[in-house]
Amino acid sequence: MKKVSIRIFVAAAFVAVANAVFAQSAGDTTKTLNLADVVVYGTHLQREVIPVQSLSGEELKKLSAFSVADAIRYFSGVQIKDYGGIGGLKTVNIRSMGTNHVGVFYDGIQLGNAQNGQIDLGKFSLDNIEEVSVYNGQKSTIFQPARDFASSASVYMRSRTPRFVENKPTNLKAVFKTGSFDLMNPSLLYEHQFNDKLSVSFNAEYVRSSGRYKFRYKRVFPATHEVMYDTTALRENGDIESVRFEGGLYGRIPKGQWKWKSYFYNSERGIPGAIVNNRWTNPQRQWDRSFFTQGMFQKSITSKYDILVNAKYANDYMRYLNPDTTLMLIDNTFRQQESYLSIANRYSLARNWDTSLSADLQYSSLTSDMDGFLFPNRLTTLVSAATAAEVGKVKMQASLLATLVRDRIHSGNAAANDSVRTAPDKKEFTPAFFLSYNPFADHNFNLRAFYKYIFRMPTFNDLYYTDIGNANLKPEFTQQYNVGVQYNNQWDNEIVKEWQFQADVYYNEVSNKIIAVPKGSGQYRWLMMNLGYVEIRGIDISSWAVVEACDNLFLNLKLSYTYQKAQDFTKRKSEVLQESTYGGQIAYIPWHNGSLIAGLTYNSWQFNYSFIYVGERYHSSANIREEYEQPWYTNDMAIMKNFRLGKAKLRASAEVNNVFNQDYEVVLNYPMPRRNYKFSITVEL
Amino acid sequence: MKRFLYAIFALSVILAASCRGDVEMILSEDISVSNPETIKGYKGFYLLNEGNMGSNKATLDYYNFATGIYKRNIYAEVNPSVPKELGDVGNDIGIYGDKLYAVINCSNKIEVMDAETTRRIGQIEIPNCRFIKFHEGYAYITSYAGPVIIDPHYEQIGFVAKINTSTLQEVARCLVGFQPDELEIAGGKIYVVNSGGYMGAGGTSGYERTVSVIDIESFREERRIDVAYNLERIKADSRGDLWISSRGDYEGLPASLFFLDREKGEITDTIPIAATNYWIDDDLLYVYGTEWSNIDNDWNISYRVVDTRTHEITARKIIADGTDKEIEKPYGIMVHPETKDVFITDAGNYVTPGAVYCFDKNGKKKWSVRAGNIPGHFALLPIYE
Repeated sequence: MKKVSIRIFVAAAFVAVANAVFAQSAGDTTKTLNLADVVVYGTHLQREVIPVQSLSGEELKKLSAFSVADAIRYFSGVQIKDYGGIGGLKTVNIRSMGTNHVGVFYDGIQLGNAQNGQIDLGKFSLDNIEEVSVYNGQKSTIFQPARDFASSASVYMRSRTPRFVENKPTNLKAVFKTGSFDLMNPSLLYEHQFNDKLSVSFNAEYVRSSGRYKFRYKRVFPATHEVMYDTTALRENGDIESVRFEGGLYGRIPKGQWKWKSYFYNSERGIPGAIVNNRWTNPQRQWDRSFFTQGMFQKSITSKYDILVNAKYANDYMRYLNPDTTLMLIDNTFRQQESYLSIANRYSLARNWDTSLSADLQYSSLTSDMDGFLFPNRLTTLVSAATAAEVGKVKMQASLLATLVRDRIHSGNAAANDSVRTAPDKKEFTPAFFLSYNPFADHNFNLRAFYKYIFRMPTFNDLYYTDIGNANLKPEFTQQYNVGVQYNNQWDNEIVKEWQFQADVYYNEVSNKIIAVPKGSGQYRWLMMNLGYVEIRGIDISSWAVVEACDNLFLNLKLSYTYQKAQDFTKRKSEVLQESTYGGQIAYIPWHNGSLIAGLTYNSWQFNYSFIYVGERYHSSANIREEYEQPWYTNDMAIMKNFRLGKAKLRASAEVNNVFNQDYEVVLNYPMPRRNYKFSITVEL
Repeated sequence: MKRFLYAIFALSVILAASCRGDVEMILSEDISVSNPETIKGYKGFYLLNEGNMGSNKATLDYYNFATGIYKRNIYAEVNPSVPKELGDVGNDIGIYGDKLYAVINCSNKIEVMDAETTRRIGQIEIPNCRFIKFHEGYAYITSYAGPVIIDPHYEQIGFVAKINTSTLQEVARCLVGFQPDELEIAGGKIYVVNSGGYMGAGGTSGYERTVSVIDIESFREERRIDVAYNLERIKADSRGDLWISSRGDYEGLPASLFFLDREKGEITDTIPIAATNYWIDDDLLYVYGTEWSNIDNDWNISYRVVDTRTHEITARKIIADGTDKEIEKPYGIMVHPETKDVFITDAGNYVTPGAVYCFDKNGKKKWSVRAGNIPGHFALLPIYE
């Protein structure tokens, strides 16, 4: 590989820079993307106390992953709820605390869903994503917006930042993917460098898929295994058509950097729905249109003082249509707007002592044409104070977050006589502590621990949704305790080039858990209440290694394993009910799950094998046979070849996913695809 | 080497245990809940568990009065070849002659089974079907899913389907109001309560507030009787007068119980109690009500017995031993016509299994047992002479 001087313009949000440490793989271009090549402002104190789990660069490209959700499955401690197919909803749950506790950040700024608090990670294709990272607790750096302190766990997606080799100010990349489910997926990337100080990037992607796939339901008698029924059908109404445009300007200033980026996404999809007796297709449709524009500015004002400003405006539109004439006609649109401004300051008190103060303002509003809908808006003020210090072999961080939430509602479409109630203002102070200890100077071995107390606000749906909402809801709190160990070693002349191992043991509590409870008679009326209490005890283990088996043959191995005991300790009123749910493992959380990624690189050839295992689990906290779900596991394989054609760099790949054709469901009655294929070709100029 | 082999062996044992095999059907379970009793009039009852929407977990349980054995989840093993079993959201159940009819709302069908064996006879396709009643060889079923009219707004009127119980063919449809729920047959007329449940979200006035009266002979809607917003249930007492419940509007307007004098054809009395569900036996109406209280931030659940002759709330207690505090969400109620035992189901939190309770006529708990998800609808299996 030719050593080229690589300049990186503004590695996404400042923090992403540090993540690049983990952008790790052997014998490819991303190897040059390591910390040494990146301009890092400030001191080493800004590095994370607790490292992250991340997938980036080549590793991501090799995975048989279409969306960000597909990639996140490989991390330990993470559960993905997947309703199947390319257009199917995919949400992430970290350490069983619930989807609403996960903050999802795109290029440094959180993505909002004021309506239900859940981000569909299936909507984020990996096409332009350079790195996906998962943090437990919070990103343990202190120089960041207050929002970054405000979730129980976070997912950071970093889009590709332009980089240029000398005398080549323009990059052009075109990708075309096709395969099962009638997939058509072209994308185009254009990057241009005007000068040292300014570059620009455009990216466009189109996805179309019929979402059709065969699925099979088979049941057998328990003892004899005699077949009761065995039916194969076609998944219908899982089609999707979407476009995505992204553009960014990236600038450098003396001792600083700035970035401005806009994102537009438009899609129409079918909602394939649950497969139930006598109803094998569903006609529901959904349209989404998301736009956001966001900017970041960072500068070292003095050698001791840095400032980071982030701002964002987002506008989302969603239309849901239920044209099923056997059901209630629903044709509703929801519009959501969000404005966000954050200023973070870091001041260095001493060489080994940093402090930070961040203040964020966020305003979100939601309207709809739905009957009886209240139009809520929310002003959230977040102020965080944090400090980081290094004393000998110990690194410490402490942060305190103040959250002030003020909701207001307009009566919207509700009748004048309806009681319109605004949730009372909320004021919460929540701390977090991080500690890391490096006992040996000559070994990269470290012990770490953290504690965090945080909450999630009830969403607009929880509080105000027609009939269901309950304005009396309190926030849902989580308490996290974590201790862990990490070991990392590198050898230059051994077969094993590098090896890393990390393990964490944790205990979490989720209290005031917001759950829907039935209201009155019939199933159509529910009410949100703070009823649940869950305790989670878990172990996350992950390890990776780089092996040079023989000359030019590299093997990358990545393993992760999670054990979780997530118990529902919500009190029930009777013995019969208490027996069935008290202490039961909560819905859809397996005791065991894990993944394996093995990548082989031989000159311009690459082969990748990935395996995901999700152990047995139950549909609800009643751990009885009626609610039981068997383990599922998928084996995916991909082969890639890089070659040159004149000036162009080409890359061709072929994937087989779910090689052993397993019929499985992640969510009850939402069958997943069987064996499927994908082919792609990438041209870079 | 030996150690290595052991390791391989141990690993393969672990892997085998953690592998996915064919999905096994859940067979029925027998639970002995009570001592055998001499039976009077009825052999037992079927209990239809609704199953939460989209879960496809409608199941059928059977309690045998003679043996005291509660048999959970009987449908699948008797009918192994039906793909995806009984279906999604059971809404009503009834026995007529030697057939058992289960109305499965979200599966858009009425499952017809042999009343003794629950072996499947066939299914009647009725979209968004709600409640069922029988009369002289015909079954009458309410449905929300009638013709769509756009004038000027989208409207979809409900209907009552008339089914020949020997051929299981639909023979006629009679349009009624919006989102018709329970129906009752008395004095040659079908009385259907119209809820308008899909239309009330924007304001209480969107709900329906009438009972449709259908002449059975001509199968035509004769007239509408004004009652109250958002009606749900209707049951005839021994004189053929009708007791109707309104769900209220879930906000200011409370749920209530109304008395429709059949002769006069109008509402002549209102009992100001939350009547979420009830069962009429002899001259007594056994009712429970769940009312949300903004003061307690919880439900107030009450159990009462109303005398259908005097319209007075009697002093009789359905539950007298304090068990009412254990029931999270009463959902179904039935009274044994001979023994006067009262059966009440608890739907709990809807997403995990509920329970059935049996109380004797003095309100003392006889037994309780775990049922399926959202147990709600009873059908007594009579002894035919």
